[in-house]
Amino acid sequence: MAEIIEHPRKAAAINPLKTSGPLGAALAFLGLDACQPLFHGSQGCTAFALVLMVRHFREAIPLQTTAMNEISTILGGAEHVEQAIANIHQRARPRVIGLCTTGLTETRGEDMVGDLKLMKARHPEWHDLSVVFAPTPDYIGGFQDGWAIAVQAMVETLVPENDPGLSVRGATAGAQVNLLAGSHLTPGDLEVLRETVESFGLTPVILPDLSGSLDGHVPDRYIPHTLGGTRLEEIRTMGRSVHTLALGEHMRGAAEALEARTGVAFTLFDHLIGLAANDRLVALLAELSGRPVPAMLRRRRSQLVDAMLDGHFPFAGQRAAIAAEPDLLLALSSLLAGLGCTVPITVTTAASPVLSRVPAGRVIIGDLDDLERAAGGCTLLVTHAQGAGIAKRLGIPLFRAGFPLFDRLGAAHRVTVGYRGSRDLIFEIGNIFLDHRSEPLPGHHPHHEEDDDDRISSQAAAG
Amino acid sequence: MLKQKLQDVLNEPGCTTNQAKSTQDRRKGCSAKALVPGAAAGGCAFDGAKVALQPIADAAHLVHGPIACEGNSWDSRHAASSGPRLYRTGLTTDLQELDIIHGGEKKLFRAIGEVIGRFNPPAVFVYQTCVPALIGDDLVKVCGLAQARFGTPVIPVNAPGFVGTKNLGNKLGGEALLDYVIGTREPEHTTPTDINVLGEYNVAGELWQVTPLFERLGIRLLASITGDGRYHDVCCAHRARVNMMVCSQALINLARKMEERWGIPYFEGSFYGIGDTSEALTTIARLLIERGAPADLLTRTEALIAEEEARAWTRLARYRPALEGKRVLLYTGGVKSWSVISALREMGMIVIGTSVRKSTETDKVRARELLGPDAKLFDQIPAREMYRMLQAGDADILISGGRTQFTALKARVPWLDINQERHHAYAGYDGMVEMVRQIHQELTNPIWEQVRRPAPWEDGGEGGLRRPGALPLDPTGANGPGPRSLEAGSGHG
Repeated sequence: MAEIIEHPRKAAAINPLKTSGPLGAALAFLGLDACQPLFHGSQGCTAFALVLMVRHFREAIPLQTTAMNEISTILGGAEHVEQAIANIHQRARPRVIGLCTTGLTETRGEDMVGDLKLMKARHPEWHDLSVVFAPTPDYIGGFQDGWAIAVQAMVETLVPENDPGLSVRGATAGAQVNLLAGSHLTPGDLEVLRETVESFGLTPVILPDLSGSLDGHVPDRYIPHTLGGTRLEEIRTMGRSVHTLALGEHMRGAAEALEARTGVAFTLFDHLIGLAANDRLVALLAELSGRPVPAMLRRRRSQLVDAMLDGHFPFAGQRAAIAAEPDLLLALSSLLAGLGCTVPITVTTAASPVLSRVPAGRVIIGDLDDLERAAGGCTLLVTHAQGAGIAKRLGIPLFRAGFPLFDRLGAAHRVTVGYRGSRDLIFEIGNIFLDHRSEPLPGHHPHHEEDDDDRISSQAAAG
Repeated sequence: MLKQKLQDVLNEPGCTTNQAKSTQDRRKGCSAKALVPGAAAGGCAFDGAKVALQPIADAAHLVHGPIACEGNSWDSRHAASSGPRLYRTGLTTDLQELDIIHGGEKKLFRAIGEVIGRFNPPAVFVYQTCVPALIGDDLVKVCGLAQARFGTPVIPVNAPGFVGTKNLGNKLGGEALLDYVIGTREPEHTTPTDINVLGEYNVAGELWQVTPLFERLGIRLLASITGDGRYHDVCCAHRARVNMMVCSQALINLARKMEERWGIPYFEGSFYGIGDTSEALTTIARLLIERGAPADLLTRTEALIAEEEARAWTRLARYRPALEGKRVLLYTGGVKSWSVISALREMGMIVIGTSVRKSTETDKVRARELLGPDAKLFDQIPAREMYRMLQAGDADILISGGRTQFTALKARVPWLDINQERHHAYAGYDGMVEMVRQIHQELTNPIWEQVRRPAPWEDGGEGGLRRPGALPLDPTGANGPGPRSLEAGSGHG
């Protein structure tokens, strides 16, 4: 649908939209219980990622570094990895270490998998420690891609392969369902999804589960690693689930890996914002559980329908410019376009199969400067906190979405999935439009009839 | 070349910390301890160089590396500018896999051209990072070629992350100024009271708490290096009469080499604390007079100090009753501590301990004298231990940097930010009043009593029903009855 534009000739990124792959991987690891992510790189790699996550979540974040220096960069960093794991094991006693490489160590090129095997053989005292290795060079992809690599590595390292002769699957009440959660879901979103799955009498295993670890709780003791999140025991049972829900296209790799190891089939959801996506989710849960849709969900669906009826007036005819990672971009643009708003311009971080389905005029793989230069004439900007300056310069209101949201309280608790989350999202964005309605002036009718042309032609094509 | 530069910087003769070390320790570099894998904290050399140079507000700052270095950190340092905004624009070559394979030099050259074409800055600072350093991109050569082609100064900042700590990066940033910037232009005119301030980054606008004092004394700030800095001013910095070095650990090499090359005397001073501010102003006046400024500068300075100090103490007095006797744990590095300690003590506050991790032996003796025998001097407090201290109620407030913020908050203890990320300005006389005002505001916030109260259904460790007298509820009942009151009522019966 959208024209996809890459910027191969642009040498300088201006005001980057993208954050790094290792950062995404680290955050995914923070969704495991008793976990300590570790960057294999120089200490700055860790410091920058740490600061950004602390600012977003307003929480202490356990993240360590192998502290590579000039000499180890030249001679090889395996010794630093071994020392780091030994130190962390001794001091923090995590059950899992999520080891992420960086641009520095990937450029040098190390046989991390082989090295880790040798280390484990040298350290029998690590028998109760799982090291999950995520190869995440900074120079490939961004945050969402690093997250995807980490989740797939969790599946491949921590989920035991099923004996193909033993099948325990079946649509029974009390059955377990896997949820592979993408990076575009907040702890608040995951809390809602857990409740929704449970309302069908199903038991969800969410991997990774930030709603346990980064939901802003106040523990009563000092814990040096994550507290809450998916437990190893739960991960080991994922092969016994009746089905897997992969939430986000970037969870496809992990879902396929899980299916290959355990035979558990999966259904992929691009996103869970809006009526159609949630209908599909709820219908699947009803089918998996063999139970009718609970009255509570029927009522919430009705509320979402009502919100769409009320909300489509302020949305219709608006023009939104969105910059987000591919899966979040698809979710947000689908919601806005689905309410009659046009999305002439979007920017994203990396190539993805979902981009061709983004209901927008253009998708630029670029930076926030591309957004700023193309967003003139739009009535809404949607991007993460770094877009605040652009919104100010262009005089266009900003709806913040994505990571990082360091200038907002409660970023972790914002819910946009499910019937209720979608309802509230319509209200929140609709209210921005209502706040910025222009007063009628003589001789000034700011209509964009070319948008109407697009819609008329696309309807004609569909008909 | 970088290696030689590192040797040079790590052997800084002007640094007292460095000179107090054995030859062997000196070789290990500036951090108090070698970086321990799995137990290290803090930024890298690239981060440090960027901290030191990015406040030059009208220049473009281009990071040559993969996305992590700039994408994860741009516009996160709160140095304020009174005008240009270009320094807040995130610029990076965002190196991709193919760039790594083919080398990033051509992309960097094109990126410099794009930045100059788009923003027309007075200069472009180009920062080296680990990956291009590893694949051998010749930063100095590319910058030289770009400068020749585009006619705009292009300054290579060679401080890839893996060479060391943030502090080392600060110094390498200073070296870039010495090698490519300072002394390349001449000021339109000079005055006998021209000074530079080194190592003040105008975080939260702190420089602006001091510049009005300079103005009242007729002292001209020739170049601020680098808070609210301008490229041209930094180029002309070699014509100043005196250098004041604010954060000595950061730019000592710059101060000493400017003395060596251009005969500019320097001193180390601080604008944190009332006494320290006065001392700094007096020293500036004295050194300027030695270099030809009118002799009445000192008397005028003394008059200003007397007036400002009296005003500050009067303003501070109102906070004293609420702060007197409150216990502070001060966890910050270096010179900042001493200045802050004297102000806190004037408020009648008790400093139960302070960190001395970035301090010299002389500093430690000074701290001991200031604090008395009961206070603890900490090297590093592990998070676990700090949490224990705070939860045990050892301190009423933690004054520290963002790194320990959540240790305090999760222990439900008041916290004040005193490091780089802070949003309030604490420099000069006004700044010290502001800091005490912030401490007061934090300590007297009504949330502390609310968040420490257990939920009505929690037994607080005593188990089961509790005697009404032992309830940690508001005795006035102002917060509503709730189920606990019913329970308590039945206890009476």
